[in-house]
Amino acid sequence: MTLEILGITVLGMFLFGYIIVASIDFGAGFFNAFSTVTGKQHILTKVIQRYLSPVWEVTNVFLVFFFVGIVGFFPKTAFYFGSTLLVPASIAIVLLAIRGSYYAFSTYGGLKHKRYTILYGLTGLFIPASLSIVLTISEGGFVRMEGARPVLDYWRLFTSPLSWSIVVLSLTAVLYISAVFLTWYAHKAKDEEATNLLRKYALIWAGPAIITAAGIIVEMRTNNPEHYKGLVSLWWLFALSVMFFAGSVYFIWKRQAYGLAFWLMVGQFTSAFLAYGISHYPYLMYPYLTIYDSFTNESMAIALVIAFVAGLGLLLPSLYLLLKLFLFNKEYVQGKRDDHA
Amino acid sequence: MGNEDSVLLSRILTELTLSFHIIYATIGVGIPLMIMIAQWVGIKKQDEHYILLARRWTRGFVISVAVGVVTGTAIGLQLSLLWPHFMELAGNVIALPLFMETFAFFFEAIFLGIYIYTWDRFENQKKHLLLLIPVAIGASFSAVFITIVNAFMNAPQGFDLAGGQLVNVSPIVAMFNPAMPTKVAHVLVTAYMTSAFVLASIGASRLLKGSDHLYHKKALFLTLKLGFVFSVASALIGDFSGKYLAEYQPEKLAAAEWHFETEEGAPLILFGVLDNGNVKYAIKVPYALSILARDLPKAEVIGLDQFPKDEVPPLYIHYLFDAMVTIGMVLTGLSLIYLLGTWLRWQFIVSKWFRWLLVLGGPLSVLAIETGWWLDEVGRQPWILRGIMRTKEAATSSGQVDLMLLLFAGLYLILGVGSVVVLIRMFRKNTVEQELADRASLKAGERYDA
Repeated sequence: MTLEILGITVLGMFLFGYIIVASIDFGAGFFNAFSTVTGKQHILTKVIQRYLSPVWEVTNVFLVFFFVGIVGFFPKTAFYFGSTLLVPASIAIVLLAIRGSYYAFSTYGGLKHKRYTILYGLTGLFIPASLSIVLTISEGGFVRMEGARPVLDYWRLFTSPLSWSIVVLSLTAVLYISAVFLTWYAHKAKDEEATNLLRKYALIWAGPAIITAAGIIVEMRTNNPEHYKGLVSLWWLFALSVMFFAGSVYFIWKRQAYGLAFWLMVGQFTSAFLAYGISHYPYLMYPYLTIYDSFTNESMAIALVIAFVAGLGLLLPSLYLLLKLFLFNKEYVQGKRDDHA
Repeated sequence: MGNEDSVLLSRILTELTLSFHIIYATIGVGIPLMIMIAQWVGIKKQDEHYILLARRWTRGFVISVAVGVVTGTAIGLQLSLLWPHFMELAGNVIALPLFMETFAFFFEAIFLGIYIYTWDRFENQKKHLLLLIPVAIGASFSAVFITIVNAFMNAPQGFDLAGGQLVNVSPIVAMFNPAMPTKVAHVLVTAYMTSAFVLASIGASRLLKGSDHLYHKKALFLTLKLGFVFSVASALIGDFSGKYLAEYQPEKLAAAEWHFETEEGAPLILFGVLDNGNVKYAIKVPYALSILARDLPKAEVIGLDQFPKDEVPPLYIHYLFDAMVTIGMVLTGLSLIYLLGTWLRWQFIVSKWFRWLLVLGGPLSVLAIETGWWLDEVGRQPWILRGIMRTKEAATSSGQVDLMLLLFAGLYLILGVGSVVVLIRMFRKNTVEQELADRASLKAGERYDA
């Protein structure tokens, strides 16, 4: 394995980690807001708040890891993506800020306003939408070079069916991932009413999630034929993904093994993500940037990998402790304990 | 919009973000240590007041951390968005501490989440205190790693430039650059110092508002003791920073001290104004600059005459330097007087006007942090990477920085006002007296149950 592949694998892990944990967080916030509008707040709010409160900062760190790591392993991305993403990334920062401030002011500070809760819920949809632009422009065709400077073509971006499909996929995936996880969590909390409602959401969003994902592969055919060819050659990974999907929907439908259903769903997204990642190789941004011509020097790469392994050695036990105390602690999950400072 | 505009606007936006973020970051680095000390004292003395102090500080702290996470994410991304050329170059050499900072923060975030949600979960209070240690370590190490990156911008090393290409990169050598020891130490102790004075300011304002509770008196005494210790440490390390500058960044020291001509036995210029290149109304301390720079009254100090005009930092940094040092001195004196006064029973330290001075100490210490960072950043100009890359070569070519500046200014305004309002509301609603009474009755109830 070359250092370049090792580097992109590390980043892929952070990105995938962020996609899963952030989707749970975004979706939970949206369902929470949705329930306050539809008057079902009493069913959902408690169980959602209990999950979100101790973990949201951890969620945000995955994103920071990804963008700090990508500049570390592939410094040229700072130039290509940094120059072109000023506006979309700034909007994403502001949306993330609204979200963070909700935790600061409402969860910790006790400031409760219905409008604020709704705004917070909506950021859960807008953040994935704005972040998904990064994936879209990495497909190529949206950035052109004016002399030595890369420029983002907004008109093409906003009129391209591909970019809108990716936005829709990000939304359906967020809602589906989140609903599947929260069904399991509510079930563990022995909160039957919440489980039933979230199970319904999971089933509602399962179809749209798989359809939009399939739609994107079709659109890639005209937008980026090279990537499309790569995707098709990895058909077996997609087949695997569909099998995982069918499995998790089956269990949720049958009201059995919600935990297994969640892990099958993670498997579904893992195999699809792998297929996407492998077929994207070696490009970071078609056609300007590959992992080879943007790679850092060897000594930095080795130092980063060592830091990564050492850091994981420190973090995995700590994360385990966090999960043990909050996610897998019966008393906490069932709301029998609240030891907030 | 021309490139010059986007350079200027990028600088303003970065300055705005950093100036806002540094308030939350400084408090975020210092307060865990203060909480740890208060909780430790509380457990040792079995004094409910100190435990409650730690608990109430924690509640305020999580709010500042949450806002700090937001602004920290903003500056992390803005580095690449506003300074893509710089990050492309720096990523090759100094990405390691940036990456490690994320780990340190991750570590802190995990344990902070555990700490705040397990206040009454353990029989043995010491176990709960143990959970705070990784929070404090993670917070301080975040500061260490980020400051290393800033030190590298002031004293880049650990690579060679051959025909515009970076060769022989050594991430470790880059991290342990000459600016690193003094800068890291100065940032850490001033963060502890500022946190102590901000907390002291809160205690003093409660006492002024008429509450005469022993709780606030204990809080004030503890924080000012810590404030005194850390302000003396800051002054000592500040002295080392002067010696570092004299050796490695003489132009920054010379500009901050208005030291125009290279000379032996250089005087230190305090305060004053610059009028057509002439220093007026200043206090000149003979030989003091030579002593500050080289420990010897007769030593030679390099002046601005040794540098080409386009490599001299703006001279207004002298005012920033004066402000920072004066505030540091005032706070050291103020806390010393308070401590002596407590031991020797001086009456005036409980007077209104003295408590007002202590209240002012909080905002003043934050102002000292701001002026210190402005001094550091403006004093490095025209370079973003001293001697290697100029700030104007590093900025984005995007034409939309002006809109983003407005967007972020609005965001910081809302976050700033929001955090102040929420903090005040939270502590007003739940007063110390109320909470102590609640806890006492809870305890009595538990005893009854048993």
